[in-house]
Amino acid sequence: MPDPSFIFAQSVSGLTAAMFLFLIASGLSLIFGVLRVLNFAHGTFYMLGAYAAFQFMVWLGPGRGRFWLAALGAAAAVALLGGLVERLLFRRLYGAEELYQLLFTYALVLVLGDAAKMIWGTQQKSVSAPPELGGKALSLFGATIPYYNLFIILLGPVIALAFWLTLQRTRAGRFIRAAALDRETLGALGVNVDALYTWVFVLASFLGGLGGALISPMRATTPGMDTEIIVEAFVVVVIGGLGSFWGTFFGALIYGQVLSFGILFFPRFSIFAVFALMAAVLIVRPWGLLGRPLK
Amino acid sequence: MTRRTPWGLLLIAVALAVPALGSRFYTFLANDVLIWALFATSLNLLVGYTGLVSFGHAAYFGIGAYTTGILMKKFGLSFLLAFPAAGVLAGGFALVFGFFCVRLTRIYFAMLTLAFAQIVWAICFKWNEVTGGEQGMPEIPYPSLDWMGRLPLLGSLRTSDHFYLVSVVLVTVCLWLLRRVVGSPFGRMLTTIRENAERAEFIGVNVRRYELAAFVLAGAFAGLAGGLFGIFNRGVFPDFAYWTKSSEVLIMTLLGGMGTFYGPALGALVLILLNQQIVSYTEYWPFVLGTILIVLLFVFPGGLAGALGTAARRLRRAT
Amino acid sequence: MLEVRGLRKSFDGFLAVNDASVRVAKGQIAAIIGPNGAGKTTLFNLITGHLRPDSGAVVLEGRDITGLAPHDVCRLGMGRSFQRTNIFPKLTVFQNVQAAFLSHRGRGCDLWSRVDELYREETEGLLASLGLGERAGEISGFLSHGGQKQLELGIALASEPSLLLLDEPTAGMSVTETRETIRLVERIARERGLTLLFTEHDMEVVFSIAQKITVLHQGRIIADGPPADVRADPEVRRVYLGEL
Repeated sequence: MPDPSFIFAQSVSGLTAAMFLFLIASGLSLIFGVLRVLNFAHGTFYMLGAYAAFQFMVWLGPGRGRFWLAALGAAAAVALLGGLVERLLFRRLYGAEELYQLLFTYALVLVLGDAAKMIWGTQQKSVSAPPELGGKALSLFGATIPYYNLFIILLGPVIALAFWLTLQRTRAGRFIRAAALDRETLGALGVNVDALYTWVFVLASFLGGLGGALISPMRATTPGMDTEIIVEAFVVVVIGGLGSFWGTFFGALIYGQVLSFGILFFPRFSIFAVFALMAAVLIVRPWGLLGRPLK
Repeated sequence: MTRRTPWGLLLIAVALAVPALGSRFYTFLANDVLIWALFATSLNLLVGYTGLVSFGHAAYFGIGAYTTGILMKKFGLSFLLAFPAAGVLAGGFALVFGFFCVRLTRIYFAMLTLAFAQIVWAICFKWNEVTGGEQGMPEIPYPSLDWMGRLPLLGSLRTSDHFYLVSVVLVTVCLWLLRRVVGSPFGRMLTTIRENAERAEFIGVNVRRYELAAFVLAGAFAGLAGGLFGIFNRGVFPDFAYWTKSSEVLIMTLLGGMGTFYGPALGALVLILLNQQIVSYTEYWPFVLGTILIVLLFVFPGGLAGALGTAARRLRRAT
Repeated sequence: MLEVRGLRKSFDGFLAVNDASVRVAKGQIAAIIGPNGAGKTTLFNLITGHLRPDSGAVVLEGRDITGLAPHDVCRLGMGRSFQRTNIFPKLTVFQNVQAAFLSHRGRGCDLWSRVDELYREETEGLLASLGLGERAGEISGFLSHGGQKQLELGIALASEPSLLLLDEPTAGMSVTETRETIRLVERIARERGLTLLFTEHDMEVVFSIAQKITVLHQGRIIADGPPADVRADPEVRRVYLGEL
């Protein structure tokens, strides 16, 4: 039986992973909820966020506050890209069969993924943690938790809450929720649904890109991180419930814990465990934790 | 009255003649195309004919490859047993997985097929004792094909050429079987499910049972394709079952046109040849492929075969 | 032939069908009418097995079919057409009807025969009797609305049912098309000895061929009997006139 501090450390690492996944999966969930399409390219936006953060850091140089600037800049850049993709390309496919929309998002994975390789090459890139938080760690229950991890763990719920409040309280948020339920009626009420879709895409891309930017101090930025993360995001969204916001949050938490404890107790089968969980959810309760039950 | 050109026989003749070109490379390409054509056509049974989009078809491809690989390399079984075993085992897994998958629809169906495929991948990736783990199983032996060397015309050919000819025969038989199936009353029932599952129910079609049957058949033939591929590739690796492999075969099917029987095979041919060409100029094949796909999506929603079909119809009307 | 006993169905607390009981005798032509939202389609869906009732029973020719799946109900001799035209759009007219024959005659398990020539006679015969004989080779999705409804009728008939349920068979049709369709339906019912149960909004249609009318209002049956009785029923008049 491994000692409690180790278990605690694993749990914290699971929490951290969960928050990153939440950032990405929430964007995925948002796009699915409103646009009804599973965006395979969301993992690529995440990866581009990481690369963009790296690039901004290169341009800005080290120094106080630079990391945060780079991260926000990266997220904004990815958001802009997402908006352009939606406005110029994706919009034309709204009438087409779902399958072709999915194929388009996969084609984006190919194009944007390779574009990243073209620009940044195949070698790993790394970004140093912000000096305000880097290097220092907290000692809790015998485990050492870097401040940056703590920051991420606290940031997750903050973003979740901010997002949720936006959805519940603001006009734009209400439109988004309405569009998820019935876009035609919304259009008939005079709301510019087209613009709404673009903003949803922009917001989702921002979250994905932010996730990538924020994770860059912790994990090496390499090609292939997009295809890896998108499947994890799928698992989270399935567990939490496709289209449900808090479902994504709790789904990410569960995923993080299953993964970290899986590694702890069944190191060989931890990856198996998450997919088995995904399959189990789909078999027993396809709408996940908090999704809308199927007919 | 003009006789219809026996395209099928012509193609088989052409396929059989490839080794005569004497190039190892061409035989390699042709073998690749054949196997992927079978793989893509098996997926089309689900996607094009039954209307079920699977994101995890590579699972059965991988299961087939590992089955043949393990049986031949570890147990020294003959190809005559190991090859059908690939289809049987893959079909068996398809039965179990499919049972759960067909209870769901659309995106949930797709997600579950993906989950099962990733489970297969994870097992192949980690179960070192049986599957060789991350390293896979290199050096899968060729089946014993010396007897082919004693046949007229074939004596001068290499083993890889002999195996290629075996592939031609096997793939042709499999495709012919699949063709019979889709042209049968069973196949017609599948298309009614694709067209309108609710209506199909009310002409007495037990939709779930038919979908499961299609799932099993598709999985079995994918397994056979995998069995061939493991030997062709001289090695079996976990990425045979990874989700990106599933997306490759799905793209071939869609590219070639899921509305026709030979569309996916055409898609396989075009994609593999294109890949070969592009890769000689640049390493950024995914970029090129992605761009082509995007262009095609906006211009040709029916895929290549659909576009060719429309062009052919226009020609016929004009003459 | 058909007996519905005390069917109840709620959706999220909304009671769509409330204790409905109907009997249709063999060979009868019966209609179910009621204002929009009265629960007619829900009742149909309960009878055909598309929905499970919360309580109550559906009995077909003495056999309890409550809760059976639609494909089983179909095999027991019930045919149905749908309110929104339900055909197989990319198949030809011929293939649409042939599919129903294939399924009904149990050829679905045949993975070997070539399908194109099977049941050609029966299919062409049925199409001809519906007036669709010349359109057999056309893609059904391109048929006019009226043509598609006729095709739907054909698909339902090809299952050789003893009881035929028609959900608003003349919806969206012009006056002439409606008259033709109704004449066709009546003739076919007579020729094949079918029992017919249909829902309709067009009162002229209902009163011209129905031998028995059931009136549904807010999920409850408020009248049930021969046309003359129903026409005179005060509550029926209230419900319909009150709607104006």
